[in-house]
Amino acid sequence: MVRVYVPCDTTALAMGADAVAARLQSEATVRGGDIELIRNGSRGLAWLEPMVEVETPAGRVAYGPVSAGDVPGLMDAGLLEGRDEHPLCCGPTDAIPYLARQQRLTFSRIGITDPLSLDDYRALEGFQGLENALAMQGQAIVDEVKESGLRGRGGAAFPTGIKWQTVHEAPGEQKYIVCNADEGDSGTFADRLVMECDPYMLIEGMAIAGLAVGATQGYIYLRSEYPLAKRILDEAIARAKQAGYLGANMRGSGRHFELEVRLGAGAYICGEETSLLESLEGKRGMVRYKPPLPAIVGLFGCPTVVNNVLSLAAVPYILARGSQAYADFGMGRSRGTLAIQLAGNVKRGGLIELAFGTTLREVMESFGGGTFTERPLRAVQVGGPLCAYLPESQWDMPLDYETFAEVGAGVGHGGVVMFDDSVDMAQQARFSMEFCKVESCGKCTPCRIGSTRGVEVIDRIVANQDRAANLELLEELCETMEDGSLCAMGGMTPFPVKSVMNHFPDDLQR
Amino acid sequence: MSPSADWTPQLIQGEIDALKHKPGALLPILHAIQDRVGYVPEGAVPLLAESLLMTRAEVHGVITFYHHFRTSRPGSHVVRICRAEACQALGARTLEAHAKASLEVDYHQTTRDREITLEAVYCLGNCACGPSISVDDRVHGRVTTESFDRLVEDMRTVPLEVK
Repeated sequence: MVRVYVPCDTTALAMGADAVAARLQSEATVRGGDIELIRNGSRGLAWLEPMVEVETPAGRVAYGPVSAGDVPGLMDAGLLEGRDEHPLCCGPTDAIPYLARQQRLTFSRIGITDPLSLDDYRALEGFQGLENALAMQGQAIVDEVKESGLRGRGGAAFPTGIKWQTVHEAPGEQKYIVCNADEGDSGTFADRLVMECDPYMLIEGMAIAGLAVGATQGYIYLRSEYPLAKRILDEAIARAKQAGYLGANMRGSGRHFELEVRLGAGAYICGEETSLLESLEGKRGMVRYKPPLPAIVGLFGCPTVVNNVLSLAAVPYILARGSQAYADFGMGRSRGTLAIQLAGNVKRGGLIELAFGTTLREVMESFGGGTFTERPLRAVQVGGPLCAYLPESQWDMPLDYETFAEVGAGVGHGGVVMFDDSVDMAQQARFSMEFCKVESCGKCTPCRIGSTRGVEVIDRIVANQDRAANLELLEELCETMEDGSLCAMGGMTPFPVKSVMNHFPDDLQR
Repeated sequence: MSPSADWTPQLIQGEIDALKHKPGALLPILHAIQDRVGYVPEGAVPLLAESLLMTRAEVHGVITFYHHFRTSRPGSHVVRICRAEACQALGARTLEAHAKASLEVDYHQTTRDREITLEAVYCLGNCACGPSISVDDRVHGRVTTESFDRLVEDMRTVPLEVK
């Protein structure tokens, strides 16, 4: 029996994976062949999706992007033997340069396994970090994470170990681990890949966090736009509990950790940690004042760790292999790997996990292969809708938190969105303000009113109404929002706007 | 609004009672109601307020804060078009204009035949294969104006599967 893999993540499904799987099954039956069809996660090579893999004695061989109509031709050309005669054959999966050149620590399992198989997970080092953690004191776990140099992958890059230390020390009977899975930034999908393709890794990371700080309850706050991730996580949690990795007596240790997925409801602001906590409490997602920090007064007033999916997903590796193994990757104060998500107008988009320090140009050109439309690349937005648009003069910067911060840009959650030369940067600046207007929680005036006025001012600039004065006004408005907003929503919306004013001024002067 | 064919107070109360013991129960309950009824009827507000010891204003405030919750019945299918940057870079603005013109609706409106409700969404997480839309819970990538028309055609002609 030949084992054939067809991915089941959102992107593969969006590109027709179910139809491909059905066709493979029916063609095999017609031809009298017997196949074992496995719905694996995605390898993250989005441009090859749906990417079909066939197991051969020499390893797995990939074909992509496959449409249902390609299946008979692929079968004729020896797909089931892993032959390389068909133009869609990509050769051995592990040797595909896009994949071979990565440093996959967090994403070492994705696409290889059936996301819900506990056996698959355990066969590839799964739960080793948790087993180690169960034999450690909470403080020792916190120290391990501190020494790894791991910083929050959600965008703010705050040292994860320090946050855990604060919660560990905070007095309180009840503490919580909250996973921020409200992946709202356009151009980012790494959290989704973790949840859809390797859900036990997140569960393991949260359980370790619980042991570290003494929390017995965890919540995954998941955006409602990810219904597939919800189904997979719910099932994974049930199976992990059944197998004793969660619950009242984890692996017979007498330690306790429960986990539940909660759905957001389409509010970008709920990716901000205090707004997220309000939402989890069943309220409007209004941003809270800080201090007090959530680590001290968090969910339902209790000490709470709020970490991004990728931060928590990095933890099992650190506990399994030791902090030094993780810290050996990276540059400067940015240790470990960054999950770069290459998106937008790009020929070869997907997930690229690399140690910090690779240049943006390297990512966009040698991995991405240029634009999808084959027109010249003009601008790139790194780090989500609240970060700057970068012109070509900045593409040689290494991806590193400090280097990007120095020029007023951000690495954020690692999303890289490419635009070709047909882009109207004035429209992009306008959209930044418009998005803030739609998504502002409304608590502070600079964000709520500033974004509305921002759209109007940019419209006047574009229409050439008193342009010089309005450009000056826009600059002042940006300053007010930056200095006066309560959180990053209003405080950072000016970053993309100002980057357009600084680097693409002609687009505002047409 | 009074109970209609869509819902009864008993049905709403059942969803509330199944979840109200949870900490921070309001969002899970609102999801449960919308999944069941298709929207959150105005008549659910007093029931929620009573059961969760909140004011009606507080409940109303929560429902209206979140884009996901609807307060009127949608069409047979909900089509959401991603308006965010990664999809903009591949022509989401053109797709959006085409969708509005061909369906003759704006966002948050339903076509005259009650088949399709059009909504905006800011990212479906399919950013490497945009532009993206979702039809009900299903995401579609690399959507062109032509493939959009085909999807609409299918929605209008394929009868609903009864399971």
